[in-house]
Amino acid sequence: MKHLWLILFAVLLMGQRDPILVPDVSQHEVQVRQGFTGTELLLFGAILDPRGQRAGQDYDIIVVLKGPSQPIRLREKERFAGVWMNADSTDFRSAPAFFAVAASRPIGEIVDEKTAAIYEFGTSYIQLSPSGVIDTEEQQRFAAGLVDLRERQDLYKEDPQGVQIRENVLYQARISLPSSVTTGTYTAETFAVSRGRVIASALAEVEVRKVGFDRFITDSSQNYALAYGLIAVMLSVGMGWAAGRFFAMI
Amino acid sequence: MDVYLPIANLSVNGLWIVALGGLTGILSGLFGVGGGFLTTPLLIFYGVPPTVAAASASTQVTGASVTGVIAHGNRGGVDYRMGAVLVAGGVFGAGIGALLFRFFRSIGQIDVVISGLYVVLLGTIGLLMARESIQVLRGTGAAKQAARRRHHPLVASLPMRWRFYGSGLYISPLAPFIVGIAVGTLTMLMGVGGGFILVPAMLYILGMSANVVVGTSLFNILFVTISTTMMHSLTTKSVDIVLVVLLLLGSVTGAQIGSQLAVKVKPDALRLVLAAIVLVIAFRMFLGLFYQPEEIYTISPL
Repeated sequence: MKHLWLILFAVLLMGQRDPILVPDVSQHEVQVRQGFTGTELLLFGAILDPRGQRAGQDYDIIVVLKGPSQPIRLREKERFAGVWMNADSTDFRSAPAFFAVAASRPIGEIVDEKTAAIYEFGTSYIQLSPSGVIDTEEQQRFAAGLVDLRERQDLYKEDPQGVQIRENVLYQARISLPSSVTTGTYTAETFAVSRGRVIASALAEVEVRKVGFDRFITDSSQNYALAYGLIAVMLSVGMGWAAGRFFAMI
Repeated sequence: MDVYLPIANLSVNGLWIVALGGLTGILSGLFGVGGGFLTTPLLIFYGVPPTVAAASASTQVTGASVTGVIAHGNRGGVDYRMGAVLVAGGVFGAGIGALLFRFFRSIGQIDVVISGLYVVLLGTIGLLMARESIQVLRGTGAAKQAARRRHHPLVASLPMRWRFYGSGLYISPLAPFIVGIAVGTLTMLMGVGGGFILVPAMLYILGMSANVVVGTSLFNILFVTISTTMMHSLTTKSVDIVLVVLLLLGSVTGAQIGSQLAVKVKPDALRLVLAAIVLVIAFRMFLGLFYQPEEIYTISPL
């Protein structure tokens, strides 16, 4: 609350008219450990009017949660002599591992298409930085394919009713992360929109990381590949042998 | 029971995986095959990434074959000399398989190659097994069975002969070495132990005596899957130890149940059942090549 008042005070001194956003996330660290089946993040915050009163006008809030960007190659299957096999492919240099948009109203009613494209308000506006294929139509087909695939994996999503605003001051959005999330730094960006114009935005970060046993396993498989392989072999030989002995006894 | 698989990056129902391991264990106990040909496709179907499925299934087969090797070894059912030559070829083949795997993955055709191999190999072997067991069950193949098996004429033409006492053979070690290479390559590519290819190859190409075939095959599978596990750990880094433990819990138990069942059932009826299972999987994969796949697009990291 102290920070809040400070910010408010600073804004008052500057005499700026745009409201400010104070966002937060229910947890700044998501721990992926044994039994992890996904989690739900609560993104919440307040919109403050610089004049110190309750925001007099109606705002719309859009929240964009983005996972770490990865360079990927997307392959497309086609039919060759009756057999479905990979044919064309294209590279995307920055495909986010996770992408979710939540808004207080359908995006189309809040902003125009151009603004939506600039701020990535929607799965169809994700900036994927394609490389390789130059043909725009083909690029769009591949991008749509990627979005469709990840939407069904619950990794990309849009929820036009996902943000609740109370009394034009407090807002909250719930976004669920499936168990297959990639680890890394996630950014939650909140935008306040009024009359089709983004008037304030603020950023919060969420760290998704593996901890404990699962982190140990992942690290060992990467850094101590030889020992990891030997342990896997010994484990399976040991279990096979032990089972043989056990069943021979009974 | 939710279990998070750290390498596959996925949460699964642990009981399902144990049950899947149990099913393949029963098969391996009943038929003397590793069961990898069943585990890999079912894991992929469950949502486990294909590479992780193939790598972890081969580690599971190691555990499932240990018990068999011990049991067969105790009653003299393993030709260790023949086994060593096969293993040498197998390790070499696993290396070739790793290179092929990387090559096909880089051009994006690994899925088609794996499915195609499954269809061709499982289809052929399933048909052969089905035909033979039907003949035996009808009683028409009995005369053929009595005839003394001989190795393939090509095998006889290879130079440098060794004596393999357990198998009752005097042939060039190059023949089992080449068979070993072929099986090792397939093991690495398909994530299977190779028992269902090795057993017919030993009988019909090398002409080994039947009482050492299953034991020697399991001996070979044991070492080839060990080297496959190492190969995957070092290159693809996709052996999921949690997945392996779950599969093993089921399969080592299932293997015991299977081997006890095996004593009670007629062997040729058993073989017909195995042939049917193999053919169903081959047919399913065959259809999969021609039906429009559920996912047109696939993602691979760069």
